[in-house]
Amino acid sequence: MDWYPLFNSLRIAALSSIIVFFTGIAAAYYSVRLPRLLKGVLDVVLTLPLVLPPTVVGYFLLLLFGSRRPLGIALEQIGVKFVMTWYGGVIAAAVVAFPLLYRTARGAFEAFDQTLAQAGQTLGLSNTYIFWRIRMPACRQGIIAGVVLAFARALGEYGATSMLIGYTPGKTATISTTVYQLWRTGDDYHAFLWVLVNLAISAAVLLTVNLLERRQKEVHRV
Amino acid sequence: MSLHVDIRKRLGDFVLETAFDTEDAITGLLGASGCGKSMTLKCIAGVETPDSGCIVLDGETLFDSARGINLKPQQRRVGYLFQQYALFPHLTVERNILTSLHRERDAAVRHRRLREMIEMMQLEGLEKLRPAQLSGGQAQRVALARMLVNEPRLLLLDEPFSALDSHMRDQLQPQFLDLLRSYGRQAVLVTHSRDEAYHLCSQLCVMEYGHIVRSGATKEVFADPRSEAAARLTGCKNITPARKVDDRTVEAPAWGLRFTSAQPVPDNLCAIGLRAHYFHAKAAANRASVQWAGELEEPFEWILLFRYAEQDENTPPLWWRMPKDRKPAVLPEVLGIAPENVLLLTR
Repeated sequence: MDWYPLFNSLRIAALSSIIVFFTGIAAAYYSVRLPRLLKGVLDVVLTLPLVLPPTVVGYFLLLLFGSRRPLGIALEQIGVKFVMTWYGGVIAAAVVAFPLLYRTARGAFEAFDQTLAQAGQTLGLSNTYIFWRIRMPACRQGIIAGVVLAFARALGEYGATSMLIGYTPGKTATISTTVYQLWRTGDDYHAFLWVLVNLAISAAVLLTVNLLERRQKEVHRV
Repeated sequence: MSLHVDIRKRLGDFVLETAFDTEDAITGLLGASGCGKSMTLKCIAGVETPDSGCIVLDGETLFDSARGINLKPQQRRVGYLFQQYALFPHLTVERNILTSLHRERDAAVRHRRLREMIEMMQLEGLEKLRPAQLSGGQAQRVALARMLVNEPRLLLLDEPFSALDSHMRDQLQPQFLDLLRSYGRQAVLVTHSRDEAYHLCSQLCVMEYGHIVRSGATKEVFADPRSEAAARLTGCKNITPARKVDDRTVEAPAWGLRFTSAQPVPDNLCAIGLRAHYFHAKAAANRASVQWAGELEEPFEWILLFRYAEQDENTPPLWWRMPKDRKPAVLPEVLGIAPENVLLLTR
């Protein structure tokens, strides 16, 4: 069996999770301190990919990165092409997974006790130090949950991915596009194998989350 | 040691407008919750920014809107003890104290100062615990240690005892006072408790609705609160609207009485206050017939409620408070109060 789809899916999910980690946290951190009206508008825009059908997201991505579109042409000049490439899959998965991290991180930041940050400032700690050493650890449960959700969502992404990068065996094939392709061509046996692989990964992710949560509780109980 | 504060800040309909100068060791800001006293502290610390005004500590300008100066809280070297102590929940006691020292490069110095502080604050044995495992008193000491290890020039104490139960509160106050005295820097203490203010502060500013209504030496403020709000906040139970009759006489229509005062009556008099401890059956001045309206027993005191014979029925009864052993066997029909105990109050 060709294991390329597994490798490709994991690589897309991992890279898009990293992108989403930084962009989602930055968006959450700055949106908390915006005026209410602007915050409301921004919140709708940033959450849209969660509620739109993934194919619609894929359509927008094609509008943006298509080879006849200004941005697509500009990117192609510098040798970057998001259509029909595996790293286009990273973009598609990141856009779809982004709201999951953004919203959980924002919830955690909103629940954060501001006096802790103020205490840090009066103790002479820099704002960067306060962010990484106090705010993030205090909010880590929400953020870990967001990362796991985003990773799982990116791993299972189908709609936007198939619109943007299609299905090319050994190049852009992911687990989810492979399952569909195999089933469509009547190869039920291999489709079923890939379903099992997918189940195994999902179970492993959920197990990890539960273990992390339990360890966290123990740390707090001690 | 000197602190000059003169700031204005608008928060919706609320306007904070405080100004005070102090050279005293411990200055108190006394007021009900929501009067702006914590906001004042936060402006001094720099975690909130006033709309205008200036803050000067020991000759150094921390904030001056006219000159565009606004030092970051990190640059002010001002310690802030938060109401709930704001200990970092994910760090041990030791790590909480060490965060203040993270700029100190020399590990040996860091360690020595940590040990000194742990000893001074009697935190031995608690080093590896997390904030959630500490009692209120321990958490307070850790927060103090974390603040003092940084050697701040000014201490801002935001309701330092409100997170403790009442018996701890009374027990810890003498220790707290010793500690502040031995540290030898100025402190500003915010409280809503007149007992705390009286115990701990040599100088007092009484605040209401964002304004300072009376300030001065603590004992003076309690003896002569001058404004109605300050009288109420320093614990005066019997306050009624009043008007000036002549230089030494005031009239309180709701009580149907005139009172003689020891001090000259100001023209803008609006009310008088009679402290509940100062009535006396044998007092020669300001005598009037009373009707008894009930009693409240406290652990060590009695409160007898009464109305003056001519008192308006829609106004609440007055309080007469006395130690348990002084309660008269037969309640008197007439009560008086010395002219020097009639508090003359203005707006």
